[in-house]
Amino acid sequence: MAETMQFDLVSPERKLLSAEVTSVEIPGSDGDMTAMPSHAPTITTLRPGILTVHTNEGAQEFVVTGGFAEIGESLSVLAEKALPRDDVDQATYDTLVEEAQAAYNQTKDAHSNEPGPVDDAAKLLQDMVAVGTHIGLDTRQPAL
Amino acid sequence: MPNLKDLKNRIASVKSTRKITKAMQMVAAAKLRRAQDAAEMARPYAERFNAVMASLAASVGDSDSAPKLLAGTGKDDVHLLVVMTSERGLCGGFNTNIVKLAKQRIEKLKAEGKTIKVLTVGKKGREQLKREYSDLSVGHIDLSDVKKLGYGDAQNIARDVLGRFDAGEFDVATIFYAKFNSVISQDPTAQQIIPAAYDDDAQEGEEASTLYDYEPDEESILADLLPRGVAIQIFTALLENGASEQGARMSAMDNATRNAGEMIDKLTIEYNRSRQAVITNELIEIISGAEAL
Repeated sequence: MAETMQFDLVSPERKLLSAEVTSVEIPGSDGDMTAMPSHAPTITTLRPGILTVHTNEGAQEFVVTGGFAEIGESLSVLAEKALPRDDVDQATYDTLVEEAQAAYNQTKDAHSNEPGPVDDAAKLLQDMVAVGTHIGLDTRQPAL
Repeated sequence: MPNLKDLKNRIASVKSTRKITKAMQMVAAAKLRRAQDAAEMARPYAERFNAVMASLAASVGDSDSAPKLLAGTGKDDVHLLVVMTSERGLCGGFNTNIVKLAKQRIEKLKAEGKTIKVLTVGKKGREQLKREYSDLSVGHIDLSDVKKLGYGDAQNIARDVLGRFDAGEFDVATIFYAKFNSVISQDPTAQQIIPAAYDDDAQEGEEASTLYDYEPDEESILADLLPRGVAIQIFTALLENGASEQGARMSAMDNATRNAGEMIDKLTIEYNRSRQAVITNELIEIISGAEAL
């Protein structure tokens, strides 16, 4: 039996999961990373993506839209919004993409001369779309 | 002396009032439980978040490159007061207490010669502040259509506040809400959200020894998290406020129900007295009539 560590997945509205896990795949904003017990203490921000939790009983997948992860003695993922993958159907997913699109449009209007925030929002939107491809839902190309 | 019919009508009307206040009390009790649950659910996130922020703020806080949201604009000339109240009345002194605290702050800041801007959340606070300080109001956020308070609502408020901050409209932002202690006690509280004040107490002791790796790097994480921190604090305040409102309404309605009960007792005694007086009167009339024959 593999070594385990305490893992908490919380969103502002509720606690989604609290369990002993063997490893967790985190969609970090600089690239995916897998956290296992005795990982070096790290704080990373998340991009929209799939968070996979491996326990001794099996794996669970969550769609997260952003937030950050704190890896220490235990692992906490504080997600902006997190949904179990099975709960994400086409309609839910479409709303998520629409929100990202709206946020992008808004940023583009507000910061027309600064590429920084606009690029960030564009990346967020593209990541969101990539999530759909990954879990096999219809995706529209984002209007960038 | 009021006649019997009037008394009867009054008793009936007070009885139906009692029924309404009783029902409101029970509804508030159910809603209070839900609001408390919601506040409970949000707590782990807020706690973790504050702990991380405290350690981040401690390591980046003093450098010159610290983001404005953390270090402030370097001035405190313009204050934004975000006054959060309920959308509905009939909850005792709940709204009045929050508004009173906000008014005290406004007067204090005025005396110091600061510029004040007021953003109201919730209809009741706006109504009360409008009378004296309508010129200070810069906006109002309406939550009356919101059935169940979600993080999205807090995000919208935060976006509004942050937009104003980015536009340089104010230097310091403070939120006013009522902290929930118990059903009978809610503390009106003022909390500064911009610049962010994360107390370092949380990371004294064990946690202070943990040195984190940061990915991408401390500054960009901080820049990403600070706006989120504002939303979290507003969300927590909204939830506390929600629980407080229901608690205040519950005790207010409990009082009202009890008062209605006392009033009914009093009116019933009066009703019985007048009824007896009427009967006595009638008897006297009959007897004296019979004697006259």
